[in-house]
Amino acid sequence: MDPKSAGTEKPLPLMEGTTAAFYGHCRNRELRFQRCTGCGRWRHVPRLCCSHCGSWDWEWARSSGRGKVFTWTVVARPMHPAFAGDAPYAPAIIELEEGVRMVSWVVDCPPEELATGMPVAVIFEDVTDEVTLPRFRRA
Amino acid sequence: MNALEGRACIVGIGDTPYLRESDGPGGRSLALELRASEAAIRDAGLRNRDIDGILPFYGLSIAEDLAVNLGVDDLRYQATSHVGGAGPGASLANAAMAVGSGMASYVLIPGGWYGFSGRRVRQIVVQDPSAMSGGANARDFYFPFGLTAPVQWFSFIARLHMDRYGTRPEQLGAVAVAQRKHARRNPGALMRDKPLSLESYLAAPVIADPYRLFDCSLEADGGAAFVVTTLERARDLRAQPVRLLGSAQGQPFPADDIVTREDVFELGLTRATARAFRMAGIGHDDVDFAEIYDPFSFQVIQQLEEMGFCKRGEGGAFVEGGRIEPGGALPVNTHGGLLSEAHILGMNHFVEAVRQLRGEAGERQVKNADIGIVTGFGDFGDGSIAILGR
Ligand SMILES: [Zn+2]
Repeated sequence: MDPKSAGTEKPLPLMEGTTAAFYGHCRNRELRFQRCTGCGRWRHVPRLCCSHCGSWDWEWARSSGRGKVFTWTVVARPMHPAFAGDAPYAPAIIELEEGVRMVSWVVDCPPEELATGMPVAVIFEDVTDEVTLPRFRRA
Repeated sequence: MNALEGRACIVGIGDTPYLRESDGPGGRSLALELRASEAAIRDAGLRNRDIDGILPFYGLSIAEDLAVNLGVDDLRYQATSHVGGAGPGASLANAAMAVGSGMASYVLIPGGWYGFSGRRVRQIVVQDPSAMSGGANARDFYFPFGLTAPVQWFSFIARLHMDRYGTRPEQLGAVAVAQRKHARRNPGALMRDKPLSLESYLAAPVIADPYRLFDCSLEADGGAAFVVTTLERARDLRAQPVRLLGSAQGQPFPADDIVTREDVFELGLTRATARAFRMAGIGHDDVDFAEIYDPFSFQVIQQLEEMGFCKRGEGGAFVEGGRIEPGGALPVNTHGGLLSEAHILGMNHFVEAVRQLRGEAGERQVKNADIGIVTGFGDFGDGSIAILGR
């Protein structure tokens, strides 16, 4: 393998701009998404403008953190060396009550028990001193 | 008739051998792109210096790297579309507009990589997210959750399709098996000598559920290229021209995020296909074969649906029963595709379509091949479609 990719560090978000804002709220144990103050629509991933009404204004509105599994996969063979110890792991798309969807993991749930529509609620995991990732467990 | 009026055509094709050898040279792709380009220019009966337009593949060698080595000393037009695997089809449309408008006369479209002995896709996307469409979103919101490779992103959509429409693993397998049957008739295919049964497909290890090993394309070293000019100029060249009858591109919305789309099955092709068919003045029944960009098996089913060859949800049944196999009603990926010939960025799909339409496809020749389509698919669903005719 290319030595440059042989690292065991997991990839992290680039903490700048709206990405830093999103993960900064996770640091504070709050799941917040952008909500357009022009038309009131929630959105994720963060954007600079609202694709519906064109407004540049938004607030970071707090989500209930409750949602359901929209779909999932089970990664049997990781494609990044840092995730080798996690396999098999089950990334899922979570649909929050507010209507936005996001990628996360459902923890404390064996992959074979994952199902579309399963109710979940957010928890937070500090993965480094700077970065906290939102994860979900069965609700 | 339309803006293109079928006046642009492919007049030369070229490729290198496609290889999977761990002691391959790796490194920069330039040598492969040059070898394939030389072959395509020779095939057209042109000299290198006749080329005056070069449309490189995004992330590979830039136009001047190619021009200085080929001795192209009067380069008038260059451009690259940032749409990943949809790039070759986008570049063909771009070339057609360039030669149609007089911006250039003979346009070279090269591609190639050391996809096996060099950096693998899974390394490229993590080390250099800007090299992919949707890179910043993937870097910030997919990678931290262990979704670092295309096989994982697209497995979500395959799983959802299975849940919603009852698509079965055997139907994904039907794509892999059909394409292997095509590859077995192609001397240049990496899997030429390796038969694949549905049983061995199902017995292979899971990579990212529901994708098993043989649902995945075959990363390889190799290059391919083609040359585009006008029909008028083609009359003076030796090869039988293959005409571009219709062409369109599209992107799902939002293009950089597969997760939050209102319609998660939407592809660029969903809206683009009708435009291309209208431009060509043909219908689905007129298509004699289809070279469909196939990073993974399900993406073939999905593109067939989104192009309207069958209804959404019926793609699994569509690919069963031999329809897409050699001799079927709609042979798909007659060279074996990325799954069983080699992953040469979809450039090999164009080379194969031209061989079919020239009647030069040997034992895998589709009978009476008059019209073929070639699709391109980039992350996360960028689409291009070219309708080619002889
Ligand atoms: Zn708005």
